[in-house]
Amino acid sequence: MKKLIILSIFGLLMVACSNSGEKNETTANTSGSASAATSETASSSNPSYDPNRGEGKFTHVEVSSTLDAAMAEAGNKVYTVKCSACHKLTDEKLVGPGWKGVTQRHTPEWIMNFVTNTDDMLTKDPKAQAMLEICLVRMPNQHLTDQEAREVYEFMRKNDGVK
Amino acid sequence: MKKNNFFNYAWISLLVMGGLFSCKPKNASDAVSGDAAQRVYVAPGKYDEVYNFVSGGFNGQLSVYGLPSGRLLKIVPIFSVFPENGYGYSEETKPMLNTSHGFVPWDDQHHLELSQTNGEIDGRWIFANANNTPRVARVDLTTFKTAEILELPNSAGNHSSPFITENTEYVVAGTRFAVPMDNDNGDVPINSYRKNFKASISFISVDKNSGNMNLAFQLQLPPVDFDLSHAGKNKSHDWFFFSCYNTEQANTLLEVNASQRDKDFILAVNWKKLEEYAKQGKGKTEAVQYAHNVYDENKHMATSTIEKQVLVLDAKDFKDVCYFIPCPKSPHGCDVDPSGEYIVGSGKLAALIPVFSFNKIQQAIANKKFIGNYDGIPVIEYEAALYGEVKKPGLGPLHTEFDGRGNAITTMFVSSEIVKWNIKDLKVIDREPTYYSPGHLCIPGGDTKKPNGKYVIVYNKITKDRYLPTGPELAQAAQLFDISGDKMKLLLDFPTVGEPHYAQAVAASLIRDKSVKYFDINKNQNPYVTKGEADSKVVRNGKRVDIYITQIRSHFSPDNIEGIKVGDEVYWHVTNLEQDWDLPHGFAIKGVPNNAELLVMPGETQTYKWSPEKPGIYPFYCTDFCSALHQEMQGYVRVSPANSNVPLTFSTGKNIPDAATAPPLLDK
Repeated sequence: MKKLIILSIFGLLMVACSNSGEKNETTANTSGSASAATSETASSSNPSYDPNRGEGKFTHVEVSSTLDAAMAEAGNKVYTVKCSACHKLTDEKLVGPGWKGVTQRHTPEWIMNFVTNTDDMLTKDPKAQAMLEICLVRMPNQHLTDQEAREVYEFMRKNDGVK
Repeated sequence: MKKNNFFNYAWISLLVMGGLFSCKPKNASDAVSGDAAQRVYVAPGKYDEVYNFVSGGFNGQLSVYGLPSGRLLKIVPIFSVFPENGYGYSEETKPMLNTSHGFVPWDDQHHLELSQTNGEIDGRWIFANANNTPRVARVDLTTFKTAEILELPNSAGNHSSPFITENTEYVVAGTRFAVPMDNDNGDVPINSYRKNFKASISFISVDKNSGNMNLAFQLQLPPVDFDLSHAGKNKSHDWFFFSCYNTEQANTLLEVNASQRDKDFILAVNWKKLEEYAKQGKGKTEAVQYAHNVYDENKHMATSTIEKQVLVLDAKDFKDVCYFIPCPKSPHGCDVDPSGEYIVGSGKLAALIPVFSFNKIQQAIANKKFIGNYDGIPVIEYEAALYGEVKKPGLGPLHTEFDGRGNAITTMFVSSEIVKWNIKDLKVIDREPTYYSPGHLCIPGGDTKKPNGKYVIVYNKITKDRYLPTGPELAQAAQLFDISGDKMKLLLDFPTVGEPHYAQAVAASLIRDKSVKYFDINKNQNPYVTKGEADSKVVRNGKRVDIYITQIRSHFSPDNIEGIKVGDEVYWHVTNLEQDWDLPHGFAIKGVPNNAELLVMPGETQTYKWSPEKPGIYPFYCTDFCSALHQEMQGYVRVSPANSNVPLTFSTGKNIPDAATAPPLLDK
């Protein structure tokens, strides 16, 4: 009798598992608060993950060798409203790391993916998770548009001395 | 095992049958069907299928539940202050509760109506009435915030409200308490009621795009108590129906004196005709005062305007607008079926339910089948308007909704049950006990052209033994029934907050995806917004001090402020810089009389007024747990005597402890 019950519970579980994929529509989106997977799981379950590019829509960002000053200035404005509360322009850590040298530490793709796809990156990306262990505050998704993200990146380049 | 089940079922059916014969169910756990738990279980991480908007009654708010789980999702403050989020306390929201009598911090919220297009719920707004200080509100269903409140002149006891026409052309508001009109001398003997008191019904037009309300015109009527109402549908689109009691026009001991006549009335109003007369400039414009409060979502700020006039049309001056239909015994519910042909009156002291026919009413009017007139308004012969009566439905019929399959379900207050009956043959099909004394009930879309007849939720007035005792005051009991089959089945019993009267429900899919997640900081037009920490500052202008302060996980800027003085009027303009969902920050200061906290949504600015009375150090902090370093989200403000010359300074992270006076941290 007991065995039968256990078996039927298993049966139920299996049905539930196979259904869960199809019923996405009524499933709450929990990605924001999802517990972070460890970096081992991320890399082992997904061997094709490119830690230099990160996770997100940007696969290749066109960057010129000289600075686009107008774009950098637009980036400065975004920085003032949405980023400056936590990031200094020096190498000093405030809530998040200072931005000095950030364009040397990460590829443009990684940075733009991180600022537009923050929750996913904090869950999957080894470098993002290493920073979270130091800062202990999940970086807020500040909902930058693609254009704003690019402008901020140009502003970071200016801050790192690109002329 | 099987045998046991059989006995259980037999026992349950016995109990059900017992319920049929006795007036009150004997046992608190009667008649729950076997799969009820499964039917209402919403697994962790899954959404409910229905939004249930439930009036808050004496708490003045609107509560939002998920169905079938019965989980409370939100309380939306409308007519009462809400210290939990600062509604009615912040400078931006105080104007919402302004009236011609000044700031009124409480009301009694009875009925709700979701906006409709073509007689179907469109999921844009929900309207709410305030019974005590007559007002109608509109709540925006993308933000779940009160967007607008309109006060009503010439009114008292705004009860038959806020029912709407099929395209939300008008929201109505009828008076339960007749009073002398605003411009009449109110200092009259109370027993001059019949001479000096009047009732009124307000027609509030609603802008199709913005939803903004405007008091279009008022209909003045004899001093009876208007109770509930519903608009016509389809062929009866141009009509509105209102139940009324106290046609005796009593002004004392109404319990007895307003229960004398065998029949009171349902008032049929041809609102299209009335609208025409109003457009022709008939009636008279009166100078009155009433507040119109609008919340600007871009400024995150309300303004209150005192309106100065209203157009009043006296019912007895227009011969083809108003007709009274006799209705037995102090009718409460006044409900129109999905086709628009049948109008159900529920006489709360009657032992039957009269169903009137719209076609017959039209014929009776055409053939002048009147028994006389009541204060100048024709009274139609009862039989000439009547489609038929539901015989012996139970005791104390109160309110009816429709299942969309040709049936009506009515609450029976006195005999504590809901009764399902067929609209065509008027035969009772089913009855189930409720616990106890139900007032209103709600079927999703149950008062529209397209009901979704899967559930009925019953809101009971008496709770008694349903839940663990909590002293003399108990939560109100609601019960959820499955009505998809032949037999109604009790599924769930859940407590509600305040005192629900009316409710509305709609498929979650109509509202869920339109929900705003945060406010765009770049679109914030509050005059005191701070867009980025670089702009945070403290500005003194005489005794007025404006503090432009920002919040982000997890600090304030500025968080050290000195140079505030006793006697200053300090305004904290708090801007939340977050741009993500579910990241409000709170704000509170120690020891502030007559204020609460602020909850500031991402991208929003809210203002906290503070008049410090004693010198000292006052901590302030974030009250809404925001990150692992939430406890660190705190600051200090120093208050000095009025005559001090401490300079005004403010900073974040710069005001380093003074090493010269500091004792060592670790004394060796």
